[in-house]
Amino acid sequence: MAFNSELAKKLVEIYSPSGNENNIRNFIMDEIKDYVDEIEIDPLGNLIGRKKGKGKKIMIAAHMDQIGLMVTDIDDEGFLRFTNIGGISPFISLGQKVIFENGTVGVIFSEPVDNMGKLKLENMFIDIGVSNKEEAVEKINIGDICVYESGFSENDNVIFSKCLDDRIGCFVAIEAIKKIKSSNNDLYFVFTVQEEVGLRGARTSAYKINPSLSIAIDVTSTGDTPKAKRFAVGLNKGTAIKVKDNSILTHPKVKNLMIEIAEENNIPYQMEVLEFGGTDSGAIHLTRDGVPTGAISIPTRYVHSTVEMASKKDINSSVDLLVKLLEKSIEK
Amino acid sequence: MLLEKLTEASGVSGNEKDVRDIIIEEIKDYVDEIQVDKIGNVIAYKKGENSFPKLMITAHMDEVGFIITDIDDSGLLKFTTVGGIDERILVSKPVIVGKKQIPGVIGAKPIHLQKKEERLKALKLEQLYIDIGANSREEAEDLISIGDYAIFYSEYIEFGNDLIKAKALDNRVGCSLLIDLIKENTKFGFYAVFTVMEEVGLVGAGPATYTVEPEISIILEGTLCSDSPETDEHLIPTKLKKGPAISLIDRTTLFNINFRKYIVNIAEKNNIPYQFRKTSFGGNDSGKIHQTKEGSITTTISVPCRYIHSPISVMAKEDYENTFKLLKSILSEIKKGDF
Repeated sequence: MAFNSELAKKLVEIYSPSGNENNIRNFIMDEIKDYVDEIEIDPLGNLIGRKKGKGKKIMIAAHMDQIGLMVTDIDDEGFLRFTNIGGISPFISLGQKVIFENGTVGVIFSEPVDNMGKLKLENMFIDIGVSNKEEAVEKINIGDICVYESGFSENDNVIFSKCLDDRIGCFVAIEAIKKIKSSNNDLYFVFTVQEEVGLRGARTSAYKINPSLSIAIDVTSTGDTPKAKRFAVGLNKGTAIKVKDNSILTHPKVKNLMIEIAEENNIPYQMEVLEFGGTDSGAIHLTRDGVPTGAISIPTRYVHSTVEMASKKDINSSVDLLVKLLEKSIEK
Repeated sequence: MLLEKLTEASGVSGNEKDVRDIIIEEIKDYVDEIQVDKIGNVIAYKKGENSFPKLMITAHMDEVGFIITDIDDSGLLKFTTVGGIDERILVSKPVIVGKKQIPGVIGAKPIHLQKKEERLKALKLEQLYIDIGANSREEAEDLISIGDYAIFYSEYIEFGNDLIKAKALDNRVGCSLLIDLIKENTKFGFYAVFTVMEEVGLVGAGPATYTVEPEISIILEGTLCSDSPETDEHLIPTKLKKGPAISLIDRTTLFNINFRKYIVNIAEKNNIPYQFRKTSFGGNDSGKIHQTKEGSITTTISVPCRYIHSPISVMAKEDYENTFKLLKSILSEIKKGDF
């Protein structure tokens, strides 16, 4: 199966940090509108596309937000101070380019620090190349959010870019929406907001939909780089079926169903036992009276950097697994 | 004065009754519906000519304080803190304990008797006790019980140029603003909710929101202010006398950007000074409110208060006035579909 690089590239290049998911929502809406029966945007901004069916309600969640940096102060010389939106590392940020919604580009640097090990975001600033505060406020206001600016790269094997977390999950959901031939299930594809700041969009959309079963699609870390912490997940070993992370122990029914379908269809897969982190599934499974929930993960190196890397084969396997799973009639 | 009465009342998280009673007495003739829910929140509704979108304005009633955990043979009380209190500020503070409002002091060994290394270290909670002047366990037990709450004793005073010092400005200042707003003849109908147990994990706000189901909410707070000269400008969360602080982000909420811009626009149009709350530390009831049921839009507007979570929090009257003006302006302008 060919890999749809064009769609992946578009998805990662759209500016949409947590709390300001407007652009990516419009893009995804346009992508899916001809393939779903109903489309809705809820109060927090989640995009919900429904493919109607007579069977059980199934919620598929992929988050559309990305990590970013919010401006908290502008000094007299026009330097911007910032706070993090989601997991922003000072070490990864140092020397990076950032871009604001209006296209303003800046670079991140820091005050002189004696010990780089103690580098903190509060000692860092964004330089947008202006000479004073007046020039700065013409472009940027306190409260504006920027994101890392970096290109999309690929070879035959992998893609790498910023915010594969979780645009590649959105990619899997979009491709699945387009590929599903027929399903008896009542499918709710939710592109959630504010995952990076605490699974917030998933919590409220799950309440609204009240699904019988749910599947989150997100990236997961890998243990296949030099001297990495021991972790069995690696690139090119297939889609990852989540067993646990810090937010959930996936429901055995959902997990086993995924394994069964992968086996039946010869879809390469690996089991993911993650000892940190969390995904939308963590919020969804605790909604109302509880929702049996699992997660399909895309193994990704260097998560929350500008060079997150994932395998095309793994991504395609994730799409295959999701399509086959959703086409199967879920009875209970 | 209302703020004096509110700040001097006792309302540690889980024991908000005295504050709740004052609030109900103040607002009951001005609202159309009022109830105390199962967990202790006050939920009132004030009708207006317009009431869409469905608006909820909240302020938490509780304050940080103490609970008595043990009484020793000599009649001294051991205690623990409720909510975030810096243990280093506790020594030598007067307190009031229990329903009978027994005065006490948090004592410690005098400087003369301390060894040099003792003087260099702040006293820990387990080294402190409350002395209510009892001579024995029995004498103390006549006055208080294990499990009783205690509050800082701190008089409301006005001082300096336009400043107020009191305990519990976080968040009696929010309660006071909300009461004043209820008494104001606004055309917009809204729910006024006074929540319990914010300081111990935003406990009351969730159930209240579950009942009210607002479309948008305004959370009123007394917030962090640390505007001393040794703090780098960009690390100062808010400043006194610079107007109401509008929140950007905190640990519990990424505040809705369009609603924030809408409020900023109203402030600018009406020449009301405002500032942004420039830190992402802390959190408030909004965290629970905006994630309840199907979700809703929230904003937080705060009066900057120095030294919060201590007996001597300080605010400026003009910030109160400007916050009130901003709230009135929002209520007179808000319409469905505005943002």
